[in-house]
Amino acid sequence: MFAFGYALVPLYDLVCEITGYNGRNSATTTVADVSSFEPDVSRTVKVEFVTSVGTDLPWKFWTTSNSIQLHPGEMTTVQFYATNKATEARIGQAIPGVSPTVASKYFRKTECFCFNEQPFEAGQTREMPVTFLVDPALPDDVDTITLSYTFFKAPDKG
Amino acid sequence: MSHAEAHDHHHGPEPGFMRWLKTTNHKDLGALYLMFSLAMFIVGGLMSLVIRAELFTPGMQFVDPQFFNSMTTMHALFMIFGGVMPAFTGLSNYLIPIQLGAPDMALPRINNMGFWILPIAFGMLLSTLFMEGGAPAGGWTLYPPLSMQTGDAMPFLVFSIHLMGISSITGAINVIVTILNLRAPGMDLMKMPLFCWTWLITAFLLIAVMPVLAGAVTMLLTDKYFGTTFFAAAGGGDPVMFQHIFWFFGHPEVYIMILPAFGVVSQIIPTFARKTLFGYSSMVYATAAIALASVIVWAHHMFAVGLPVAAELFFMFAAKMISVPTGVKVFNWVATMWRGSMTFETPMLFSLGFVILFTIGGFSGLMLAMTPVDFQYHDSYFVVAHFHYVLVPGAVFSLFAAVYYWLPKWTGTMYNEKLGKLHFWLSTIFINVLFFPQHFLGLAGMPRRIPDYSLQFAEFNFMSSVGAFAFFITQFIFLYNLITTCRGKWEKATDQVWEGAKGVEWEMLPSPLPYHTFEQQPDLSDYEPHPTH
Repeated sequence: MFAFGYALVPLYDLVCEITGYNGRNSATTTVADVSSFEPDVSRTVKVEFVTSVGTDLPWKFWTTSNSIQLHPGEMTTVQFYATNKATEARIGQAIPGVSPTVASKYFRKTECFCFNEQPFEAGQTREMPVTFLVDPALPDDVDTITLSYTFFKAPDKG
Repeated sequence: MSHAEAHDHHHGPEPGFMRWLKTTNHKDLGALYLMFSLAMFIVGGLMSLVIRAELFTPGMQFVDPQFFNSMTTMHALFMIFGGVMPAFTGLSNYLIPIQLGAPDMALPRINNMGFWILPIAFGMLLSTLFMEGGAPAGGWTLYPPLSMQTGDAMPFLVFSIHLMGISSITGAINVIVTILNLRAPGMDLMKMPLFCWTWLITAFLLIAVMPVLAGAVTMLLTDKYFGTTFFAAAGGGDPVMFQHIFWFFGHPEVYIMILPAFGVVSQIIPTFARKTLFGYSSMVYATAAIALASVIVWAHHMFAVGLPVAAELFFMFAAKMISVPTGVKVFNWVATMWRGSMTFETPMLFSLGFVILFTIGGFSGLMLAMTPVDFQYHDSYFVVAHFHYVLVPGAVFSLFAAVYYWLPKWTGTMYNEKLGKLHFWLSTIFINVLFFPQHFLGLAGMPRRIPDYSLQFAEFNFMSSVGAFAFFITQFIFLYNLITTCRGKWEKATDQVWEGAKGVEWEMLPSPLPYHTFEQQPDLSDYEPHPTH
């Protein structure tokens, strides 16, 4: 049963992958293939953005718009910005989250700073675009999606 | 049992402290477990008094918030792992061999090791109070990322939990092996007293879930010191996963603490109602059903973390389902008393208090199990009131009942009935003064685990604190009664102790119990413990 405790870890990842629970499935963390989507102009979805920084990273992290309105299937780019306020270089890793949970499977990103670790020089400020669309198959009862990013200190290698 | 008595004369225990350190005798170990748990109840009780003293009036009085949080965390760890669980293990050691006609527990040396691990574990845990960064203060549930802020106490906490887990598992293995292999001839499984049955099922639960807790705290340890990221989002982990793993242990844990209590009460009520237990086999099946269901309901502790709706519904219905077998038990106890010739000696009073007050705790549990309602109650004092009702007038009252019931058999001396009744009535009054107002505090929105609160909560907190101190002081009556009885101050007990008491220990063994019993197992083929009419 001790091993079973550890077996719960991959099991949990699997459940998250299938259900999108906690906004944790591969759709939110990998490059999506969006070639087949047509914009659905009959619907408008509000996408909200939340930015936060973990306590172990002396960064500032923000976006210019708190929310946008878009049509499902319509490709959109939003700019995010971060400043490294530390006096030495730091590497951050952004962790995405999508709420409500059910929407995470319909959120497709072609470009995101969260796909890779982000190295910043001391005092450096950088613009980081996120390009995404919302799958038109999004269930009808979802009219607002919240996309959140938290920047953490990238885990030490080795 | 003249043979056992004769044998006793030349095979008595070794004198001095080494007797206790080296003992493999189930009665010695049972007594050690019970004395240890009494000590831990006192330590944990003192911690709760720090909490209640601070909450006596609004504002910060005695301790700083960090230490207050340490007290809530340590109080829970001491009461759960040091108080309730070792107390039931002690009862299992003392009672299972004599109830089944076995000479001892099946694995006596492991039994000894299992006990002596505990003082080491709790010594380690207690030492964290004096460490840099203080004792663990993130709540007994140890949720990361908060618990990752624990200072030097962290590895001590983790290793002490490992030791407690090992101790519980050795106890559980011993119970299973003893019950399955050492029953006297003719003691069929379905003839066993319910205390043995509930402990057998509890032992399987312990083996199933304690290692999961050990795994969870090991992950915390490696996350903090070895760079793993099981629960750190930056490395792809998820703090919510800890809550799932923890409650996969944590929910069965609450049944580990209450199933043996069901067993105790199921044996005491028939004695004092002078009837056989109503629905013996349904009691056994209900216990097994509760245990099986307990491993699929864990996320009802997590309704507010953002579960998918389907999961919230599943865990709501699964959690509510447990009230069916629990209801079977409560109705069986009531039916046992129905038209019985009841008398109200102290063990019976505590058992009746258990049935009524545990059921109140069960009802507030049903309220908490409703997902939409839980969004308001979550992490409020209502939760505190709920689990204290099932644990204190639940598990702890059953422990009092068990001690009063079996103490004359163990010591050969009848405890003082007047003091016992006084202890019961004062405990029952003050436990309600202590915990009932907490329901109202929770409904009014007071969060748990806070050292200060807004003014509108002042009256109920005042009442609650008065109840806490009065309840604690009341326990000295019990302590006095216990010590004087062990020293033989009161009347001698008869061999059967209680009029018409059924069971191997009452009908076949003398009081006090000789040091060794059943070196030759009795033939119980014709023995009928619960005749069906």
